[in-house]
Amino acid sequence: MKTHGMIAAFENPAVLLTAAARVRDAGYQHFDCHSPFPIHGMDDAMGLKRSPVGYIVGGMAALGATIGFGLQTWVTTSAYPLVISGKPMFSWQAYIIITFALFVLFGAFGAVIGMFRLNRLPRLHHPIFYSELIAKASDDGFLISIEADDARFDEEQTRAFLASIGGTNIELVRGEG
Amino acid sequence: MAALDSQTYTFTDKGRFGVIALGTGIVFTALTVVGAFTDSHMFFASWLTSFAFWTTIVLGALFFVMLQHVTAAVWSVVTRRAAEALALALPVLLLCFIPLTFGMHDLFHWSHAEEVAADHVLAWKAPYLNTTFFIVRGLVFFAVWIALAFVLHRRSVAQDTDGDVAHTYALRKISAGGIFAFAFTVTFAAFDWLMSLNPHWYSTIFGVYVFVGGFLTCMAVLLLIFQMLRRQGMLEGVVTIEHFHDFGRLLFAFTVFWAYIGGSQYYLIWYANVPEETVWFLARWDNGWKAVSMALIFLHFLVPFLTLLFYRVKRNTVLLRTIASLLVVMHFVDMFWLVMPTFGPGVHFSWMHLTSALGIGGLVMWMFWTRYTAHRAVPASDPKLADSIAHRV
Repeated sequence: MKTHGMIAAFENPAVLLTAAARVRDAGYQHFDCHSPFPIHGMDDAMGLKRSPVGYIVGGMAALGATIGFGLQTWVTTSAYPLVISGKPMFSWQAYIIITFALFVLFGAFGAVIGMFRLNRLPRLHHPIFYSELIAKASDDGFLISIEADDARFDEEQTRAFLASIGGTNIELVRGEG
Repeated sequence: MAALDSQTYTFTDKGRFGVIALGTGIVFTALTVVGAFTDSHMFFASWLTSFAFWTTIVLGALFFVMLQHVTAAVWSVVTRRAAEALALALPVLLLCFIPLTFGMHDLFHWSHAEEVAADHVLAWKAPYLNTTFFIVRGLVFFAVWIALAFVLHRRSVAQDTDGDVAHTYALRKISAGGIFAFAFTVTFAAFDWLMSLNPHWYSTIFGVYVFVGGFLTCMAVLLLIFQMLRRQGMLEGVVTIEHFHDFGRLLFAFTVFWAYIGGSQYYLIWYANVPEETVWFLARWDNGWKAVSMALIFLHFLVPFLTLLFYRVKRNTVLLRTIASLLVVMHFVDMFWLVMPTFGPGVHFSWMHLTSALGIGGLVMWMFWTRYTAHRAVPASDPKLADSIAHRV
């Protein structure tokens, strides 16, 4: 058996919001909040930074546009030059639609793959599911979990801390692997 | 300086904005009319440019109001009253439409009977493109828009006092039909007033192009109006950075949509390469027009696109204000680019372009401010108001 973290329940969304801010201020880094619905202001309360996924999308989109435009330029001007309806070999206007399409396609790939990578998905099991309490997060539970690999994690102190900010049903998350 | 009661949202002091706008409107309209006696041809061309510029912006406001009702939008409830008031400037634009009917021969090639007789295409189009029907259509368009603007405003204001939620449902139904009527009237208005300047040339997407430019610029104008109100200490904590962020997103989305529609129009014509279609773009490329066309691509699309892409820019009021101002200027350039190549080969910017834009704009802004300050600054009894104030992106 291995200790993976600690989880506690809170009264309602408002209490969860203030508790999250307390956890953040106490210096914990590896913690998460679980609720049946999104809570406005939670990102700020948890001290989360903006997701870098936008930059991945931007980079991928720029790459897609470059590939689209470059491929067409190469094909029509050097690899297989062909006069089409009397237009110049390098007719950039004709390239725009495919350039735009690849810009969007690569951007979408960037969004999906970037989101999966940043969330460390796909992942079949997460140790938090050893917890009894976690099932309530999809019903009526407002929970905070602190992972054991956090530098400040200590069974005694973390338990006392969670209790001090209003946590109840505090549970040590333990399981194999 | 204008002031607002922060509890009831009623104006306690209407400030000088209305007076300044009315003064600007009268002085510059008078100057433009003087210009009509020196160069009537240029007067009508610049009047049409400025008329198209302001009419598309005000129509954007009418569309924005109906869009909010149809989608039951929450975030934008605090901004709705200003858009309703801006749409009420339409009667001013109906008055500005009248001078155009005196310049039919200066503006529209197809209004000359001898030209039509000698031109098979124009003769075929004559049942639609003739002066009487043109004026009748213009009046019908304005009748539809003004009726919509008045009904939308009256019901919204009525809700302020009686707080009846039935108004919300009625407005949604009116807007659902209204948005349909709006699509047809705006498309045909764009065909009549701008596309028929080149009566041989046609593009089915033209109406969308004109509408999108107007809606985009209306968002920029509303953003600037709300920043002005905020700088004067009004609507503090009501219209917040979260709402400006959403305006920034709409500017971003619609500058892309504008480029998408303009691009679609261009690429199709470029592909087909049919002389009677390409002539329209050639007139906007040769004789100095290339610089204007490039300015549109860079300043109406690329610069706003690449800046508004970033989160921080959309939450920075100074940058938003700068980009919104740029877009307003570029919409005028866009209308100039649509109208002016019809009248001679070179780029001819007349002082009357400036005076007519300021003249009509002053009158529009005066009407807006008069209507806006006459009632509460936000729909005070709208059931979604509290959620709109608390809106977070």
